[in-house]
Amino acid sequence: MNAVEIRGLSHRYGTGPTALTVLHDLDLVIPAGEIVLLTGPSGSGKTTLLTLIGALRAVQAGSCRVLGTELAKADERTRVALRRRIGFIFQHHNLLGFLTARENVAMALELDPDLDEKERLARAEAMLHAVGLADKVDAYPAMLSGGQRQRVAIARALVHEPGLILADEPTAALDSKTGHETMALLQKLAKERGRTVFIVTHDPRIHDIADRIVAMEDGQLVQPATH
Amino acid sequence: MNELAPLTRVYPVLATAPPQQSVRPPRTAGFRLPFRLAWRQLRHEPARLAAALSGVVFATLLIFMQIGFKNALFDSAVLVQNSLRADLFLMHRTTEALWRSASFPRARLAQALALPEVERVTPLYVANLPWKNPETGLNRTLLLFGVDPTARLLGFHGLDDAAWDAITRPDTILFDERGKPEFGPIRSLLAQGSFFGELNRKRVEVVGTFGLGATFSSESNAIASETTFWRIASGRNPAQVDVGAIMLKPGADVAAAKRALQALLPDDVIVFSRPELAQFERNYWAKVAPIGFIFGLGVAIGLVVGCVIVYQILFSDISRHLGEYATLKAMGYTNGYLARVVMSAALVLAVLGFIPGLVLSLGLYEIASAKIFIPLHMTIPRALFVFALIFAMCVVSGLIAIRKLRDADPADMFR
Ligand SMILES: Nc1ncnc2c1ncn2[C@@H]1O[C@H](COP(=O)(O)OP(=O)(O)OP(=O)(O)O)[C@@H](O)[C@H]1O
Ligand SMILES: [Mg+2]
Repeated sequence: MNAVEIRGLSHRYGTGPTALTVLHDLDLVIPAGEIVLLTGPSGSGKTTLLTLIGALRAVQAGSCRVLGTELAKADERTRVALRRRIGFIFQHHNLLGFLTARENVAMALELDPDLDEKERLARAEAMLHAVGLADKVDAYPAMLSGGQRQRVAIARALVHEPGLILADEPTAALDSKTGHETMALLQKLAKERGRTVFIVTHDPRIHDIADRIVAMEDGQLVQPATH
Repeated sequence: MNELAPLTRVYPVLATAPPQQSVRPPRTAGFRLPFRLAWRQLRHEPARLAAALSGVVFATLLIFMQIGFKNALFDSAVLVQNSLRADLFLMHRTTEALWRSASFPRARLAQALALPEVERVTPLYVANLPWKNPETGLNRTLLLFGVDPTARLLGFHGLDDAAWDAITRPDTILFDERGKPEFGPIRSLLAQGSFFGELNRKRVEVVGTFGLGATFSSESNAIASETTFWRIASGRNPAQVDVGAIMLKPGADVAAAKRALQALLPDDVIVFSRPELAQFERNYWAKVAPIGFIFGLGVAIGLVVGCVIVYQILFSDISRHLGEYATLKAMGYTNGYLARVVMSAALVLAVLGFIPGLVLSLGLYEIASAKIFIPLHMTIPRALFVFALIFAMCVVSGLIAIRKLRDADPADMFR
């Protein structure tokens, strides 16, 4: 079973003579449970690929199957439903400033109508324990360090047991030591839980957490450097 | 908590959900969670919340005052009409309102007697005349009613048989004890027995009181017999009356009698039933006089100002939190869910702003009643009506602000 199956995916921005094709007939398969890193020069189309996999953009050409859902010609409802089964980790933590760490993590569970408040908070708290923030559950993001915030974001991305975790430059706002620690934590949690992870990064220091590294150049995947 | 227990799932166990789950459309939560999210967001910045609320309070206050004054005007405008004890009324075709009526020939009343249903008729005369305050000597205009004391046409508070009998004597009047204080301490003067005053520079004896009160058309009132009225309001022709009151025989069909009278009488007079007479006066204040329009405008301004303030707050809240909203969208929150968050914020502003606005309005109503003698009443329907306006105002502001949510593109969260 593959978490992601991409065949002949192309994408371009704009229309007419100013149109810019950023993905060219791309194929990529990510088996479930694998941690895949995507590297490549700036402007090569990495983020574009990630937003397509994350159902944040409409697929224009080719096939993109994520967690069993075909995203080519998928409507907004299908894409929203799929997003609920994905955990996102952003470059900046993107936590809600008016919510505590626990409430932020619980936000990923509020879309599940089968859970009650007690269960949500208990699961959020357990997840914060798992990322080593047991003593910060009631802290607001403004009271946390950058690394702590990114760990809250990791807890939020994992708590609803997503089939796929997507991260774009998750270490960009962190110093290299904190960045590596945070990603090692993500790797540990993902492996413990059998999660599939797809990370876009420039940061060579985190290459060791990957099962596989894929490189991208000018909208095409180039021969991946094996790990 | 099984699903959290680490290491129970061994890599590479599939974490992928079964495919059929993917076609399940996103279920929408109710209003509770979006509401809570909105409340937490508002609560997090108390200063901004206070600023937003003050806007709603202001709008509430403005609307309550406008509606209060408008209704006080209407209520007081028909106070006289509502206490006339007759079934049908005649007024000149060009009469706009009682206090500025055009008179018509008294002969019309005699003609009305020809209708079998009519039991008796009685004329009512009105005139705006200057009264000299017995203490300060300053003149102030009041409304003098001239009416046959035996007809018992006026049903004002305190008009008992003794009072009516008292003004059968010439050159005596009854004085409104609820009028504005600028007319003098009528009640304490009367405590030592009847006293003499000057009305339209004619000497009159005040022999009693009644209670009507200041209205928008008169600051105080007085009642005299017809003969006294003609003497004081010199220049008035006794053959020209302002209002003709018609009492029907018991059991008579008022509507049918009205139609018959209108057909019987010449076109210079119009026949009114009592509710129609009151409505006629209301219409004058609402339409002919610009007063109704001005109050309506005041309400509209209050709503517009409130709308702008609430919209500004909601809009800037969305703009400043666009990243958060986009993040929520990336997490699978729908536009509809986030719209409910914004509408919840609007609802919170409406309720939290309305309550202090209501309390302040009650205080201002008290002050208005005590200081300017225009009774303003807070009624439950009025409070509900104003709340509905404020609520609608916040909803409209919210709906406009929601358009800004479209700018929250989750794909922008990845650059
Ligand atoms: N929304 C957009 N509209 C138009 N052009 C875009 C848009 N987003 C990206 N591009 C362009 O598409 C190309 C690929 O962008 P993308 O963000 O996918 O690159 P990237 O590999 O993530 O780069 P970086 O490493 O700098 O983040 C770039 O040339 C970029 O300018
Ligand atoms: Mg990028």
